[in-house]
Amino acid sequence: MCDSHTEKSVIRSEKLNLYYGENHALKDVSLDIPAHRISALIGPSGCGKSTFLKTLNRMNDLVPGVRIEGQVLYKGQDIYGKDVDVTGLRKEIGMVFQKANPFPMSIYDNIAYGPRTHGIRSRARLDEIVERSLRDAAIWDEVKDRLNKSALGLSGGQQQRICIARALAVEPQVLLMDESTSALDPISTSKIEELAMELKNRYTVIMVTHNMQQALRISDYTAFFLLGELVEFGDTQTIFSRPAHKRTEAYITGRFG
Amino acid sequence: MEEKNLSISRGLSSRRRAYDLGMRALLYSSALLVCALLVLLMGYILFKGIPHLSWQFLSSEESVIKGIEGILPALINTLYVVIATLIIVLPLGVGSAIYLTEYAANKKLVSAIEFATETLSGMPSIIFALVGVMVFCQFMSLGTSLLAGAFSLVMMTLPTIIRTTQESLKTVPQSYREGSLALGGGKWHMVRTVVLPSSVDGIVTGCILAVGRIVGESAVLMFTAGMGMRLAKYGDTPVEFFESLFDSSGATLTVALYNYAKERADFNSAFAVAVVLLVIAFLINIAAKLTGKKLKKR
Repeated sequence: MCDSHTEKSVIRSEKLNLYYGENHALKDVSLDIPAHRISALIGPSGCGKSTFLKTLNRMNDLVPGVRIEGQVLYKGQDIYGKDVDVTGLRKEIGMVFQKANPFPMSIYDNIAYGPRTHGIRSRARLDEIVERSLRDAAIWDEVKDRLNKSALGLSGGQQQRICIARALAVEPQVLLMDESTSALDPISTSKIEELAMELKNRYTVIMVTHNMQQALRISDYTAFFLLGELVEFGDTQTIFSRPAHKRTEAYITGRFG
Repeated sequence: MEEKNLSISRGLSSRRRAYDLGMRALLYSSALLVCALLVLLMGYILFKGIPHLSWQFLSSEESVIKGIEGILPALINTLYVVIATLIIVLPLGVGSAIYLTEYAANKKLVSAIEFATETLSGMPSIIFALVGVMVFCQFMSLGTSLLAGAFSLVMMTLPTIIRTTQESLKTVPQSYREGSLALGGGKWHMVRTVVLPSSVDGIVTGCILAVGRIVGESAVLMFTAGMGMRLAKYGDTPVEFFESLFDSSGATLTVALYNYAKERADFNSAFAVAVVLLVIAFLINIAAKLTGKKLKKR
């Protein structure tokens, strides 16, 4: 289907179907996500792109009445298999949400939350992780003098970068970003976009976005969803210049959505 | 410019202005009436009670031979009942509230239970008294004792504790929970590290208000804990102490007030107890406000 097949894949969904009660929200979605690239999921509201993203770290498990068929393979293992440890999976596949959601605690404790959850107690170790994560999220210089202040006192863009740092602190392999810049101003947005481009050297980034320009600017691959189906997936430049499907073209040129 | 202003003020017809003024006068006077009643009531209690308050009254056990009036036993009994009730009701109430809001998957069952707790928390306390007498005093043969009283108060305050805890758990944004789970935290880890710390102010405030209800309760205790006005013999060893709680009947402050006023027609002592209760209620409310504020800030 696409040239991503030549790349090393990290997550693959096979004939994935998801139902919210009676509502068939994802239909036979098969998608191969290449490692160390940014993949963007685009499509109109309600098309299933966020739902798909949340199946990748099983956050959909929290929704009552959800039913999933098919497979999601992470490094070859079915994450919906019987012997899968969900907390371990979520450590490997981190997530940044649409709205920044720092915990009501200090900046330091926010970043140290994940490592502490996974049993790291040594203060020196934690100090080191906190600094590294904040540096990786390009916010160290802004907060290094007030690590013990509440994270809720930061601006929206800073809070979102704190959340990215918090996700990075558990050293995930994959970072899921669910419209993580949609509530931010343009300057904060461009900081986070820059950050995503940096991060793809070490992590695989999968982002849901409503912003077509953003997908075009920073993603290597783009998947277009419509009404629960994956219409097409491929190299971002190709999708935006020569989409294979009429509906993709109509959407990216702004004729609907 | 002036003319324009004039035309605006004329927009409001004189009838409407009179109506507005009338309503305002009505509202002011009702507020004034309520304030006046409150001040009169408190003033009356303080005026009647304070002259009979003395250190001896607060710190001694009554004695007919020595001719001493004293409410020390009632103070101690009140303290005991509050502590015993809280020790039992807090883990039960907070625990079930956490289960209902964070764990329970069957939403229908949860809303049925919520409806039940709501109904129970509005039930007249005399019903809890009746059940307490039947279940604790007789069936469990605790007799009329402080422990039976505490058990009955557990029943009475449990719905309130569950409801206030649930309300404060529900104010914790869903995004905190998602954030914790997405980092690989287990459910209890999430509850302990994120949900409870950010709702603790509401839970503590609820508990303090429950203390207020316990101190103010009389019907339940009259039936189940009895009217004893003497110091319980608390014994020398912990075992004896606990045993004495099983079989000593004891009046709390509110019951003592009833005793003085209704059984002995000793209104001076009754008003003195009323002052003590008023002060306690005042302190409890201040404590609830302060802790709520302090915990919120953190």
